Amino acid sequence: MVEKLNVPEEQKGHAMLSTKGQQRRRFLSLFAGTAAAATLMHACSNDDNPMPDNGINLGSGDIGILNYAYALEQLEAAFYTRVTQTFFSGATAIEQQFLNDIRDHEIAHREFFRNALGNKAIPSLEVDFSKIDFNSRASVLGTAKAFEDLGVSAYNGAGKLITEGAYLLLAGKIVSVEARHAAMIRDLISNGSFADNTAVDANGLDLSLDPPEVLKVAAGFLKSKINASNLPTS
Amino acid sequence: MNIEHIITNLEQQDPELHERLSNRRSAIKGLAGIGGKLALAAIPFALGSLFKKAYGQSTGAIVEVLQFALTLEYLEAEFYTLGAAAPGLVPAGPPTGAIATIRDHENAHVTLLKNTITTLGATPVAKPVFDFTAGNGSGNGPFKGVFSNYPLFLAVAQTFEDTGVRAYKGQAGALISSNEVLTAALKIHSAEARHAAHIRYMRRNLLSNTAIKPWITGKDTAGIGDAVQASYNGEDLTTQAEINIIGINGTGVSAAAASEAFDEPLDKAAVLAIVDPFIV
Repeated sequence: MVEKLNVPEEQKGHAMLSTKGQQRRRFLSLFAGTAAAATLMHACSNDDNPMPDNGINLGSGDIGILNYAYALEQLEAAFYTRVTQTFFSGATAIEQQFLNDIRDHEIAHREFFRNALGNKAIPSLEVDFSKIDFNSRASVLGTAKAFEDLGVSAYNGAGKLITEGAYLLLAGKIVSVEARHAAMIRDLISNGSFADNTAVDANGLDLSLDPPEVLKVAAGFLKSKINASNLPTS
Repeated sequence: MNIEHIITNLEQQDPELHERLSNRRSAIKGLAGIGGKLALAAIPFALGSLFKKAYGQSTGAIVEVLQFALTLEYLEAEFYTLGAAAPGLVPAGPPTGAIATIRDHENAHVTLLKNTITTLGATPVAKPVFDFTAGNGSGNGPFKGVFSNYPLFLAVAQTFEDTGVRAYKGQAGALISSNEVLTAALKIHSAEARHAAHIRYMRRNLLSNTAIKPWITGKDTAGIGDAVQASYNGEDLTTQAEINIIGINGTGVSAAAASEAFDEPLDKAAVLAIVDPFIV
């Protein structure tokens, strides 16, 4: 199944665009006066237009990292939106409650990044969920586990690439919620696996992955091609 | 860590970098060359020494954060160690397995933080004496019986985990100058969030209370009450970077979901006030 991510109707109206612009200015104005913010604005000025041949360009610097997070949140939100449209057969009340909650959290994350990035945001991505059997509990929860662990890994791996403390804090506010999701999904699959040795190592450390590794996995669920070539690497 | 990249960035931000470093250019080249051979944990220390010379700063701020984190990890490690060892407290089966898993992680965090602090050239703070009744040493605080009353034990565990997540989050910005230390802290932070989610799930099942969820709704204590309210105050935020999350862009995101979707930080003073009754 291939489906286009929903773009809220409000996003298409001029009034909303104006509000979005104000929100973006407020967001970026948090960092007004810092050299880094100015550098980022400048550095990204050439990255606005996605290049179809090379894929959708995430951009560079902190904006690139925020777009990277936005791309992953789009993927997660689309997944749970589909999951909750028609639950797998035999879904229990608790499974439905938690999957609905997680869907809402991922939508909140996606829309937050969309508004925060404003005209620096990448477009809506097209997903490819043809590998997922949405009627199968094992397929749905297995995919959810993979997405949540991937999300935790991605945020943990991207933290060091962020230069602005305020952006780092926002990423931190989201990653612990993704970790809560990951733990819960794992417990639904097998109670007690919330932080087993496939997620947390002998030093008590959770997963982390750099963007190229994360995007390689994500690409398996995306029709849109992502170009991460301008992301910072250290 | 790409040291040359850091130096390049510094040069862009600070045109006088090389003047500040003066004759230390050779030291930079030396560092870049041996970076691959140094133990990763030693690199922040080596860089810290360099920056201290250039800017008169030290790794002191980072060490301070790590000492603070170590105190919290001592608290959690001893709490779970005592809880797991208390006869008849934790039911056999999955509960025992989960508490052992978390205990082992917290002990590992203690070891890791002590080693990192030592690597940075400082002496790890000593483990405090704890009173897990929250009685400041009286042994008669509001959580009296914490190691004989299983629901109370889980309630205190939930508070420690949720507070720990908030405490690490509040300190991330202070670690931004060190890729290695920041990444380690983030990896501890999300492990604590996994613990928090599971402890909440255990409480939900134990109490048959479907209002208890793995995530924090508003500033709700999940039924624990006023004694732990300070650990949850501020979690009810529904705007992020001045963007209202409730119903954002015409979606059905409720106030509850808007608060659940983002965990909030706590600053050091707030955390210290929360744990003060537990430290003799």
